Amino acid sequence: MLDAALLALGHVFTGHHIAFLVVGVLIGLIVGILPGLGGIAGMSILLPFLYGMDPTSALGMLIGMVAVIPTGDTFTSVMMGIPGSSASQATVLDGFPLAKKGEAARALSAAFASSLLGGVIGALVLSVAIVMARPLVLSFSSAELFMLTLFGLSMVAVLSGRSLAKGMAAAGLGLIIGIVGTAPATGEPRMTLGIDYLYDGIPLVVVAMGLFAIPEIIDLLKRGAAISETTGLGGGWGKGLRDVLRHPWLVTRCAGLGCVIGALPGLGGAVVDWIAYSHAVQTSRDRSQFGKGDIRGVIAPESANNACQGGALVPTLLFGVPGSGSMAVFLGGMVLLGIQPGITLVETRLDLTYTIIWSLALANIVGAGLCVLLARYVARLTQIPFVYLAPFMIMITMFAAYQATRSIADLVALIVMGAVGLYMRRFGWPRPALLIGFVLAPGAENYLYQAVQFYDWGWIWRPGVLIIAGITAASVVLGLRYGSEISSEGHTDPAAAATRPRQFAFAALFLSAAVACIATALGLSFLGQVFPLTVGLLAAGGALWVLTHLYGSHASAVHDDDAALALEGRWSGRELYLSVFIGVVLGIWMIGFLGAMALFLPAFLIIAGKASPIRAAILTASALAFIYSITTAMSLRLPEGLIVTAFG
Amino acid sequence: MPTKEEKTVSILKTITLRAALVCATALGLVAAPVFAQDFSGKNIEWTIPFGVGGGTDVWARFFAPQFSKSLPGNPNVVVLNVPGGGSITGANQFAARAGSDGLEVLGTSASTQFPAILGDPRVRYDYAKWTAVLASPTGGVVYVSPQYGVTGPADIEALRTAEIRFAAQSATGLEMPVLLAFEMLGLNIRPVFGMESRGAGRLAFERGEAGIDFQTTPAYLSSVAPLVEAGKAVPLFALGVVSADGSVSRDPSFPDLPTFVEFFEQATGAAPEGQSYEAWQSLMLAGFSLQKMMVLPRDVPADIIAAYGAAAQAIVDAPDFRERAGEELGVYVQLVGAEADAALTKALQIDPAVREYLVNWLREEFDVSL
Repeated sequence: MLDAALLALGHVFTGHHIAFLVVGVLIGLIVGILPGLGGIAGMSILLPFLYGMDPTSALGMLIGMVAVIPTGDTFTSVMMGIPGSSASQATVLDGFPLAKKGEAARALSAAFASSLLGGVIGALVLSVAIVMARPLVLSFSSAELFMLTLFGLSMVAVLSGRSLAKGMAAAGLGLIIGIVGTAPATGEPRMTLGIDYLYDGIPLVVVAMGLFAIPEIIDLLKRGAAISETTGLGGGWGKGLRDVLRHPWLVTRCAGLGCVIGALPGLGGAVVDWIAYSHAVQTSRDRSQFGKGDIRGVIAPESANNACQGGALVPTLLFGVPGSGSMAVFLGGMVLLGIQPGITLVETRLDLTYTIIWSLALANIVGAGLCVLLARYVARLTQIPFVYLAPFMIMITMFAAYQATRSIADLVALIVMGAVGLYMRRFGWPRPALLIGFVLAPGAENYLYQAVQFYDWGWIWRPGVLIIAGITAASVVLGLRYGSEISSEGHTDPAAAATRPRQFAFAALFLSAAVACIATALGLSFLGQVFPLTVGLLAAGGALWVLTHLYGSHASAVHDDDAALALEGRWSGRELYLSVFIGVVLGIWMIGFLGAMALFLPAFLIIAGKASPIRAAILTASALAFIYSITTAMSLRLPEGLIVTAFG
Repeated sequence: MPTKEEKTVSILKTITLRAALVCATALGLVAAPVFAQDFSGKNIEWTIPFGVGGGTDVWARFFAPQFSKSLPGNPNVVVLNVPGGGSITGANQFAARAGSDGLEVLGTSASTQFPAILGDPRVRYDYAKWTAVLASPTGGVVYVSPQYGVTGPADIEALRTAEIRFAAQSATGLEMPVLLAFEMLGLNIRPVFGMESRGAGRLAFERGEAGIDFQTTPAYLSSVAPLVEAGKAVPLFALGVVSADGSVSRDPSFPDLPTFVEFFEQATGAAPEGQSYEAWQSLMLAGFSLQKMMVLPRDVPADIIAAYGAAAQAIVDAPDFRERAGEELGVYVQLVGAEADAALTKALQIDPAVREYLVNWLREEFDVSL
């Protein structure tokens, strides 16, 4: 084992290999920074070069790309409050507030340093685990995986902020949105309203960006300042590095968590950042700053999501079953190179296996290093008046959402989820809870169904299940005790009590979604109905709980950001901005993406930003050129518009 | 390190060049009419109705650069993944959008073919409107856990007495002819649907959750053969190669394994027959004998279709084709040009009575209504 590892180390440090690895890293960073793009876009750039390359260089390039996607996406999460990819959703919670405080450079450098350490720890764990992880991975059956989804859901207790009731109702709504589509057991359509688009469910990118990006963009526009509330970059990147060095154990623990969760095929990397984040909250003494810009809230998810890639390589290499979405891409690349993953590869080509592992470690170091160098300069973006940034962020968000399924319905769903997120933010509902419910819904149902089919109800007594159940119970207790101190959704305004009727109305929407879910479930066959019925009842319970809290003017539930304005008879203008978004989507629908943007960008810059026409024209032209070249270089698509389709 | 930077710069330059080329193409398209049989400077978009990294995607990405090289004028062949709906979404989209200029092609697989045969209401494409220029067959092997003590057809009774779980993706997916084979053999199989992939099904077998499993040839060779060697899996039969006339011969990848038909004869003493066997033959023909196909709309000019056929022929005839294709494509004979198209036409001509039988069988056995 050791000689194979050293031989591989020699391969990795040849100039040729490193050169290709760096190319992969650069592409991976670009793909990571642009929200909504994942391995697919990266793969389409790299593939033409794979043919005829020697396998070690090609593997280096692929690994370089796949490894740093969760590093690059941090830029977007911290700077714009948009989850760059599913792995950096939790980073938004504290990273973006830090950027608003003028500490973007600190948040970024802490994130990159922990990404680096997490990635390297992941590679180290992988190098030991790969030769003996087989029994461990095989011991996780559908029953254990189902318990893990419950463990993930228990994080809602931590992420609910002040009101557990709202957290439950939000998670319930997330689960309901998650079951939209066809039932895994029977293929029956559920809550699809007869719309073709909904048969496959709503894509994660669309839900995450709708919930987080759109409310943030509107909020910043409403405030009319730059993202950063202060001038200057605060402590800068040196401070971020010191922050990471002050929390070595947090980094190690979260990297460990990331490895283990990544190694289980099926659960996916989409929850690992939330679990790490919740873990940081549960194990910290002072929790008052979480959600408002605590650096630990950045360090934890970022160390976990890079380590997760190391873990995800375990099932990919050992069984040929991808441990995450980007590993599916990597797996495809390996097969193209003529390398069949599987136990044979690990046992007979240990040198090649270690080449992959060392490349992973090296890619993390190179990627994080490049990002640290860039962090200070990129952080300056937060100083630009937001009204100049906003139209470009809207463009990127819509571009990213459309890449999910290349349907105009992606943009409609984005706006609907944006409206939900907007009012959740206004009325103090925890958006992370909704997202967790959404992410875990399909897994929870599938694994429960499979566990019952494979083991009948005896699955409950499997030792692995009992152990995870114990951990889940402990986590809920800890979460309930400490979770109430964190909140990403702001403070209660004394005036909020006066606007209770509209808060009532919003909570009632959650109840009606739950009732609709229950009603749908009752019309289905037994196997198709069990899960939606459970979820619907849970969500209804949560919503009713919120309603009783509101009725009793319970301090934890009453919240309205705009209450003071509303009492003065003024209007925050949220709906105006939302209707601008709707207008843009309608424009894209009619005249296509580039056409709509060519109208929207200058109009917004001139009317809202008071830019000179020449400046607006230059900015618009460069933005359109950027999107067009990305689209062609990565063989993506842009909406063409009804008019083009009709006459084209 | 100058070499590193040089390499980076040169590759980035290539990418920019590609981007520039694409822009030029877009302009060129507007300016000049399509010249038949010359794709120079053109972009060919190959829709793959599956995600990146799956079997059909890898298959297409193996062929795409070779088509680039072999088609007249060396066009840029780009794979466009449109996953969803078990490949129905992407195929529907292609059916609705593809023009007749031969610049858009589709890659299909068993999960595209089966719903079309069964008349799934979500299907809005029609194979009769498509013509195939390349078809890649595959095979598969059914194997069981050693716990049943079964080694061959003689032990069929031992196999019939146990209730055996089988981890499958869906009743109407790739496993459909396998489920039908189990039923014909009179086995007591309890399928567990909802597996994300055949690979996930194999993991369930390795964990001991499933007692019987099935893998297509490449996956069997790379992942199951080591299990067989280690005594953790016992191969029962290969599905076999079904020809257009319905005859079944041994799978060239597994010359030592009996076909399903041989296994059936030895186990029951009679050759398989009747509607279920006809249905099995139809499914095998449409889903395995031509598992993956490159198709174009039928209204594409004949000379362009001929150009594709010639390109496919050149690719398959290349002396190092077998070596490069490796285990992914196996030793099967690739069908190209008119041959592929004739096979496609034959494969999708399913007897309405057989279809009726399949629809009923799916409803009664698995509660799937079509």
